[in-house]
Amino acid sequence: MATKSMSGSNHPALSNNLDVERVRRDFPALAQKIHGYPLVYLDNAATTQKPLVVLDRIRRSYVEECANIHRGVYQLSERATAAHEAAREKVRQFIGAENSSEIIFVRGATEGVNLVAQSYGRTHVGAGDEILITAMEHHSNLVPWQMLCQERGAHLKVAPIDDNGDVILAEYEKLLGARTKLVAFTQVSNAFGTVNPVQTMTEAAHQHGAVVLLDAAQAAPHCELDVKELGCDFLVFSGHKLYGPTGIGVLYGKQALLEEMPPWQGGGDMILSVTFEKTTYADVPAKFEAGTPDISGAIGLGAAIDYVRSLGMASIERYESELIQYTETSLAKLPGVRIIGRPKRRAAAVSFMLDDIHPHDVGTVLDRYGIAIRAGHHCAQPAMKRMGVPGTARVSVAFYNKSDEIDYLVSCLEETQKMFRS
Amino acid sequence: MNDLKDLYQEVILDHQRNPRNFALLPTANRHAEGLNPLCGDHVTVYLDVQDGIIRNISFQGDGCAIAKASASMMTSVVKGKTLAEASETFKRFHEMVMGEDPCFDLESVGKLAAFSGVSAFPVRVKCASLAWHTLNAAMNTTVAGDSAAAAVTEIGKGDAK
Repeated sequence: MATKSMSGSNHPALSNNLDVERVRRDFPALAQKIHGYPLVYLDNAATTQKPLVVLDRIRRSYVEECANIHRGVYQLSERATAAHEAAREKVRQFIGAENSSEIIFVRGATEGVNLVAQSYGRTHVGAGDEILITAMEHHSNLVPWQMLCQERGAHLKVAPIDDNGDVILAEYEKLLGARTKLVAFTQVSNAFGTVNPVQTMTEAAHQHGAVVLLDAAQAAPHCELDVKELGCDFLVFSGHKLYGPTGIGVLYGKQALLEEMPPWQGGGDMILSVTFEKTTYADVPAKFEAGTPDISGAIGLGAAIDYVRSLGMASIERYESELIQYTETSLAKLPGVRIIGRPKRRAAAVSFMLDDIHPHDVGTVLDRYGIAIRAGHHCAQPAMKRMGVPGTARVSVAFYNKSDEIDYLVSCLEETQKMFRS
Repeated sequence: MNDLKDLYQEVILDHQRNPRNFALLPTANRHAEGLNPLCGDHVTVYLDVQDGIIRNISFQGDGCAIAKASASMMTSVVKGKTLAEASETFKRFHEMVMGEDPCFDLESVGKLAAFSGVSAFPVRVKCASLAWHTLNAAMNTTVAGDSAAAAVTEIGKGDAK
């Protein structure tokens, strides 16, 4: 086939502020071959590969610190507790929160949204009230609100997006009103790569007295987060999209909100005292962390945060933003490619259609050349419907991807076209 | 790349580009809708069944090349068959794409053998069998007008290899 060699270095157009070749050596998974070809992993919006330091840290937590937390009187348990709480502090610093008690460990962004919907939502959203989301939301930031609205007799309002995949701000602001109790939207669209104007949207929501939940699942790996600057009341993200393990994620909430919210799940570790008549709940964050948590997961997430901060979030953002621009430009140059979503600001993902070839067929052919991309509706069916496509092929990059991987992708797309045209 | 060529054989690409019986069927007395919730593929199969024989069949929907070609070829293969014969063909097709029998007799399924390459692509087995599951659901409905006639089937989890 006519594909280019993968041995080349990064494109001169990229500023190379990151030593990609060195970084790649931190990720053993990237050295694999798939169907005889070097793995080209371009599905980072789904999950990221894990650096060895994260895997080693998780292993060490089981080898040297394996005990339950918050209860042991022996040294091993003290070590485990210290490591777990150190991870909470790393998360606090990572998102610029005031107190580490504002950091709740959950299974992932989805569980964070569900926690807010069921704890805050059930006590603050009543019949006739409104919850506002956008048309680009992932199902995880849609279905929990739909369920809450059905239960409470509230209404789910949806701010429309334009053909570029940007929220229509005028329409968004029109939908805010006295009945808007909560606004939930994503910082970065997993389907189109759109970066939303978070501060503008948050300020508008606050003017109407609504609280704001920000889905930072796609943003956390790509840019610096500062909850004070963003202005959100709640924020969720997943560890596994941030080079950490699966099964761990974060809910941030403003202290005052978390304190007045009822617990979500009952069990051990979330109580002060229990009798058969009455239970007094623990303070935050323990109030929301019933049962033995994913201790090694939280510790692994802490290690992942250390890792990305050692590279520097600003460097990561700059490199990835150049690489995704390069990707969009390279794809757009290929005749037959239609980019789905041309947002004003893009982060790390680009969606496209290739001729009239179904995205799944594109994904299957690319897989045979060692390239992993996402094909389908990206758990955002309403967003796909809005754009008039059944799904898209999506390329999402990380700092370990190189521009020559993008060149290789484009040449394999040409091969795909030939195959379906013949 | 040989397994890619086995998957996307010329006859499959031909059915995908020019799907047969790709329309509404005004005379249909049974139909069913099939969904693959994982990928969003959907197909509706319309049947005109008289005296236990599939007099006419058509389909509509949207999906990948494999899903579309499979639906197209299915309609041309089962047209004129009895319900029992169509069920048996479904069974044989399913056995073939699951690829669990190394001694599977490809000649016994005629032109459906074009889909034998699917068995090397476990995640695509559902694509190839969506229309067949939907046909099966449509055959198991009663006459039009009955609410049960509009069966919606989600593709069986058993097809995941």
